[in-house]
Amino acid sequence: MSPSYLGRKVLQAIATLVFVVILNFMLFRLMPGSPERILLRNPHLDAQSIAAARARFGLDKPLLPLEISVDPPSLKVNPDSQFLAYLQTTASGDLGLSFEFRGESVTEVIGVRFWPTIILIGLAELIAIVVGLTLGSAAGWKRGGTLDRVGNGISLILYSMPYFVIGMPLIIIFAAGLGWFPTSGMLSPGAQYQSPIDQLLDFARHLVLPLATVSLGLIGGYSILMRSSIIETRGEDYVTTARAKGLKDRSILRDHAFPNALLPTVTVIAINLGYVVAGAITAEIVFNWPGLGTLTVDALAARDYPVLQGIFLLISVAVILANLGADLIYGRLDPRVRA
Amino acid sequence: MMRMPTGPGETGKVMEDAEQEAARRAAEAGQEAVVEAPVDSEAIEAAAAARALIRGRRQWPLPKQADPTAPLLTVENLRTHFKLESGWVKAVDGVSFRLDDGEALGLAGESGCGKTTTALSLVRLLPSNARIRKGSSIDLFGIDLVPKTEDQLRRYRWREISIVFQGAMNALNPVRRIGEQIAEPIEVRLGLTQDVARKRAAELLELVGIPRQRAAAYPHELSGGMRQRTMIAMALACDPAIVIGDEPTTALDVMVQAQILELLERLRRDLGLSLILITHDLSVIAETCDKTLIMYAGKVAEEGPVSRIFTAPRHPYTQKLLGAFPNIHADRRSLETIPGSPPDLRNPPAGCRFNPRCPAAMDICREVEPPEVVYPDGVRVACHLHVAGRDGAVGVTSADVVGWHRQLPVIEAPGVPAVASAGVAEPPGPGSQP
Ligand SMILES: Nc1ncnc2c1ncn2[C@@H]1O[C@H](COP(=O)(O)OP(=O)(O)OP(=O)(O)O)[C@@H](O)[C@H]1O
Ligand code: SF4
Ligand SMILES: [Mg+2]
Repeated sequence: MSPSYLGRKVLQAIATLVFVVILNFMLFRLMPGSPERILLRNPHLDAQSIAAARARFGLDKPLLPLEISVDPPSLKVNPDSQFLAYLQTTASGDLGLSFEFRGESVTEVIGVRFWPTIILIGLAELIAIVVGLTLGSAAGWKRGGTLDRVGNGISLILYSMPYFVIGMPLIIIFAAGLGWFPTSGMLSPGAQYQSPIDQLLDFARHLVLPLATVSLGLIGGYSILMRSSIIETRGEDYVTTARAKGLKDRSILRDHAFPNALLPTVTVIAINLGYVVAGAITAEIVFNWPGLGTLTVDALAARDYPVLQGIFLLISVAVILANLGADLIYGRLDPRVRA
Repeated sequence: MMRMPTGPGETGKVMEDAEQEAARRAAEAGQEAVVEAPVDSEAIEAAAAARALIRGRRQWPLPKQADPTAPLLTVENLRTHFKLESGWVKAVDGVSFRLDDGEALGLAGESGCGKTTTALSLVRLLPSNARIRKGSSIDLFGIDLVPKTEDQLRRYRWREISIVFQGAMNALNPVRRIGEQIAEPIEVRLGLTQDVARKRAAELLELVGIPRQRAAAYPHELSGGMRQRTMIAMALACDPAIVIGDEPTTALDVMVQAQILELLERLRRDLGLSLILITHDLSVIAETCDKTLIMYAGKVAEEGPVSRIFTAPRHPYTQKLLGAFPNIHADRRSLETIPGSPPDLRNPPAGCRFNPRCPAAMDICREVEPPEVVYPDGVRVACHLHVAGRDGAVGVTSADVVGWHRQLPVIEAPGVPAVASAGVAEPPGPGSQP
């Protein structure tokens, strides 16, 4: 990979990031209804308490660092603006205070929900990528074979099912019926653990069903994607060359078809990985998983703008980074884009 | 009819004379009309000598089941059909020919006449809807490849018969370095270590005129001509007996075409390769091949020494084809200048398949398929204008065609074994040279 390619991609990512940060600032300022009203949950406030609240949250300051007036024409720099304050605090990791969870910072609120989602969705993505790509390429390679017909059918069904449709039967069979796994939550409520290992085991037991649900849902998509990509690759001339070389079928798939078929899937996978932090909302709700997906729903219901803003920023950053990652991986896999 | 040449024991003494002998034979085969001479002991001896010389310098032993006295390749009554919903496409329908050691055979004919299908049938690299019909036989060193399973057949792919595909970008894997791609068959098929394979790949690159440092390049970093040279280097990786070139110079500009053809010529001479060259361009065949086989609609129209066919074509189709090239050395137009178009191969016309377009067509042509006859100068024709018994023509069966010793290898006897210095000839194993 050439330094210029790398540099270009990193610059692109930074530019996007700056844009997103500005958008994040503007969007939540431009929303209808003044924040302090929502904040104080009382439409009949007197002017004094409103002013006090505005001052407390810094809303009395001008929005932008530049003030432009037409009559008389003037340009005034204002060092004490909401925008600069926002940039400063955001850069230092301070995303403000949550409305709903009074006193708690947004960073804390999101931080608590971050890891459960990363573990659940991240692991599910990992499983789905490995299984989905393997299944899809094996099915596509022997197009029309048993594996293809059965596997592709299952993939299509899984792909079309929302998480709760996959999750409910799992709960009914394995949790309610057989009692092998708990129905919901991340840890048993009120449990006293002998050791960290006990705690880990309890966590693992809670993880199994949601993990299975999300993995199954994702496998369908990846498998369909990889299948069509490998089918396209199968007809390429270099695959005939590989066959002419007398290579075994398995080596042709592994060394020639697969590395090429992988290319178009990289971008899709990377964008999906970016959305890992968004959580899988329906899956998290079904299993009452304390992740960012359920947090988003709670924050929406409570109109907890600072938390939503924080989640929005987090997702944006993750997607931008994932895209950057995709470009870099792509550059490694495909020599043609390294220029 | 079928007469085997002298055994391997006798070949030693004739080897030194092979060069002169073969050259003399080459001269004769073209010009002299030797009447009724399918058996010519001198010719057989010369052929055996050339064969022994070429087989003697093989880097790897012949396949276990090989008969060392058998001709290199005989294709008898090959019928390869494609299954479509609308019926069977009889793409290759009863083709017989023979290729001897060191010989270059040019396959020509209009687009869709079955050239590629014929070549790909040899090592069965056919699309999944293709079937090689019963009664076809493809004998390599006397081993019939048709009944082989896919797994058994792999032994013959690339190690005995390799293919240079058309110069299009995609015959090389775009995400792997060319050095790796050349080394792959050496490593996988010959079982040499990665280091040896890489080294040999570099030597092969040099052999085809690419600096060895370029081994690290990816296909897209090379020009069309360089990619084609890479394909050729790859085709030579396992020191094969036969290299098939399927339009190896199409899509290259004229200068590069000439360079690539020169390279093939040189390699053939130095390495004792046998070539099957498929091309639309008759001038290419005229320049590089000993024999040519003109196909029409899945059948052999005419076959024989280049010198004969290009100067005195006998089949009306060949005449038309050559007519489209007023001067084979100057005019490189495509062939599609014959009025009418080739028949639908699902439903070819009865009798001679060329009859709807043939200016000389007679009543019999619409009913009876023309049998093949061979003239004393070695030219085989399938046309009712050419009847057995007239002008020395002899009726032949497919078995005669493959066993016919009049079709001598018109090779330039290979010179000094340049192979070793060229780097392809290193014996394997711990005893190999540096
Ligand atoms: N997979 C297939 N299914 C059906 N028909 C096929 C298939 N592949 C080739 N054919 C048909 O078989 C015939 C011979 O094709 P082939 O590719 O051997 O011709 P060719 O002489 O190599 O032509 P060209 O000069 O265009 O390369 C053509 O009529 C073609 O349409
Ligand atoms: S057999 Fe008849 S139709 Fe066919 S080429 Fe000869 S003359 Fe023409
Ligand atoms: Mg072709």
